[in-house]
Amino acid sequence: MTVKELCEKCNFTAITLPDGGREINGCYIGDLLSWVMGRAEEGNAWITIMSNINIAAVASLADVSCVILAEGVELEDSVKTTAAEKDINILSSPLPAYETAVKLYESI
Amino acid sequence: MSESLTFHYDVDGEDFTSAGQASVQVKKNLRRLGISPDIIRQVSIAMYEGEINMVIHAGGGKADVIVTEDKIEIILADKGPGIADVSLAMQEGYSTAPDSVRSLGFGAGMGLPNMKRYTDEMTIESVVGQGTTIKMTVKLA
Repeated sequence: MTVKELCEKCNFTAITLPDGGREINGCYIGDLLSWVMGRAEEGNAWITIMSNINIAAVASLADVSCVILAEGVELEDSVKTTAAEKDINILSSPLPAYETAVKLYESI
Repeated sequence: MSESLTFHYDVDGEDFTSAGQASVQVKKNLRRLGISPDIIRQVSIAMYEGEINMVIHAGGGKADVIVTEDKIEIILADKGPGIADVSLAMQEGYSTAPDSVRSLGFGAGMGLPNMKRYTDEMTIESVVGQGTTIKMTVKLA
């Protein structure tokens, strides 16, 4: 399933979607950035509540398919701009991380 | 590629929000050279961890990435406080990062272990009060 399809199917909000055709191959949940870089696999959807600028770099370097911000966490405009520049897909889910992951699991 | 190619970066120790710029640039440069995505991911994550360490602990530093036919070397050098106990610092979960850094999602004690995880060789030379130089090598197939 692609990031765009997941977004539509789960009623997540697309904050940035420059590469919506990217395939999702699994999921990693975490807020500690080094854990994410050490454990998330390329193509995973990364569910987090972290919203500072560094998530754009981490998402890019770990090469995740998208970032899903749980709990309706909002992003500053500067982070949105940076993410779009780096071709990072960022979605927002109103649900907690666990329920977001369950929805994702049921979809892909 | 018969000759080596070196990319040099100055890592700004003051600006935490721009940390990672050198690593992202390295990623772009390696992609242009046609390096495989797996190798690019290894090199850029290892370098980012090192870059973040230099910002958190050393007030910045210098990073060199040297690409040759059979390997990529990353050399990170700073003039920070040094690492008193390298083997302790290498343990997953050990961190001396301040709370302000932890609130940004760093300081989990995974930086050096990740650098080792994603590279084939890693050496740390550190002198307390003088600085630290880390050399990492990723082999190319």
